[in-house]
Amino acid sequence: MDALEVWYRTHSVLANLTGINILLALSLSIPLSCNLLSLANAAFMGIGAYTAALLTIDANWPFWAVLPAGALAAALVAVPLGLPILRLRGVFLAIATIGFGEVIRILALSLQVTGGALGIPSIPAKTTWWQIALALLAVSYLLWHVERSRLGHAFAAIRQDELVASSLGINVTAHKMIAFVLGAFIAGLAGGLSAHLTHLISPADFGFSRAVDILVYAVVGGTGAFWGALPGAALLTLLPEWLRMLAGFQAVHRLGSFDLRQIVTGLITLLVIIFFPGGISGTLIQWRRRRGAGGGLPGDDAPATPAPAGATALHSAR
Amino acid sequence: MLPQQVADGIVQGAVYALFAVGYALIFGLLDVLNLAHAAVLLWGALLAWWLLALLHLPLAAVFVLVVLACGSLGLALNRLAFAPLRRQASNSLRPLIAGLALAAILEGLARGAFGSARHAYPPTALVAGSSQLGTVRIDWVQLIVPAVALALLLVLRRLITSTRYGRAIRAIAENPRAAALLGVNVDTTIAWTFFLASALGGAAGVLYGLSTGGAVFSGGEPLQLRGLAIIVLGGMGSISGAVLGGFALGLLEAFSATLLAAQYRDVVPFAVLLLVLLLRPSGIGKRRAARGAW
Repeated sequence: MDALEVWYRTHSVLANLTGINILLALSLSIPLSCNLLSLANAAFMGIGAYTAALLTIDANWPFWAVLPAGALAAALVAVPLGLPILRLRGVFLAIATIGFGEVIRILALSLQVTGGALGIPSIPAKTTWWQIALALLAVSYLLWHVERSRLGHAFAAIRQDELVASSLGINVTAHKMIAFVLGAFIAGLAGGLSAHLTHLISPADFGFSRAVDILVYAVVGGTGAFWGALPGAALLTLLPEWLRMLAGFQAVHRLGSFDLRQIVTGLITLLVIIFFPGGISGTLIQWRRRRGAGGGLPGDDAPATPAPAGATALHSAR
Repeated sequence: MLPQQVADGIVQGAVYALFAVGYALIFGLLDVLNLAHAAVLLWGALLAWWLLALLHLPLAAVFVLVVLACGSLGLALNRLAFAPLRRQASNSLRPLIAGLALAAILEGLARGAFGSARHAYPPTALVAGSSQLGTVRIDWVQLIVPAVALALLLVLRRLITSTRYGRAIRAIAENPRAAALLGVNVDTTIAWTFFLASALGGAAGVLYGLSTGGAVFSGGEPLQLRGLAIIVLGGMGSISGAVLGGFALGLLEAFSATLLAAQYRDVVPFAVLLLVLLLRPSGIGKRRAARGAW
């Protein structure tokens, strides 16, 4: 009975963690769908997590209110941030979001209310699998719906070619803002859930490496379809854990302190980005299409990895 | 104590400048941000420690070896990831992610090879001395680091302005196709640029280790992010901008150490970064033509 309990407990932790990572990857897939390379979602997650945790501990809010509050807080911060930086292109936007992420992390480190480097301990564990599952279902439905809506088509148009999109009457800035804020909202939600899952949050959880992790989940999964987040996050969360357990069983002392998780994640990401640029979902979609009637127009589906049209790629950095 | 700040700032700035130049070289040539660059610096710092502390080699030899090793690492990175992606004519996102992936792999390997603890450089006669100049105490390290950095930067400048290789990269930066038509071997030139940029990164790693007394893993990320802040400040593809930006940031940080509380000091580079991006994204240098080495 004990062994079963242990097994359940270990695996439920992993499952919950995977669920949250999927949620995070989904949160990034929206900005990515209009070519916004945002590394700010880790910071938004942090904002959501801290807000939710503080409301639970200090203000005794009920759990169901705390989560949307955290998400809303993140979204509210995204608005004034997005206004100036969303007009930056490509790698400049990425760097700006990195800068923002660092500012948030340092604020969390320095402010009294956020507990400094130790963060906020002893957050009551209120998250269970069904809340995460519910959040995933809700967000997936939302994204599925958006993909098929006018909004989604506008995003796709912007991703293909901003200039053409705006000449078609699409308000590019407004759409980018919607994508950015929506992504922040979902990231904040994930933050609130995560805080009540891991009992403890600290600034280090929401820094640059977290942002990179999220980006990698989204890209490995592929942004061609909204469900791309699932295989990406799942693979990258579970595989290193399995490998670590495997290495543990074989007691490979000679491996020393190699950080397997980092190396494996890096290798998978590298292989995917070079050989399967569409990510897992993009590649699956391609295979299915190829095995189908062989029909469909070339270039039918928007490219899975955000791809500025060739010409704009040259100018995107200037 | 004003002069002390200036001295600290110059030392710090020299490391930053050398490091940022590596980004600028590759970005100016390829429009690609090599996010594995900081990992190369980390390897440089760690390799230097290993050579100094375990093999007891003299500092000059260590420097040369590390520079060559890191340069070769850069060649390998190009071969493994950046060149294939170039051949596939990919968008700007993929090389960025490839860089991040390579950085993760390099860092994981470094942790395995060296262990996560801080590795103090053994004090050698050259490095540990100091002299008193009026009110300022100058460690010899504080003289060597900027001197070496400046020497390397001058060599770089010579390389770019007066050699065939330099003309080649300037040509490619302007227009790769035209350069190819004119007989420039684009792929080889790009490969050598990766070598050069990473060699400078390795040099920066050694100097970083010397100036902080050792190599530590937690130094990698802040340096990476500062490097980005610097090249934005200086103008993305501009080498002279990277140098100026590096020294500027070094001095800025040194002075803000006295004005701001310790933890807020870290906000400085990022606040500057955001300001520059919002007000003058092209950087503090003159608005120059789309690409140009200097």
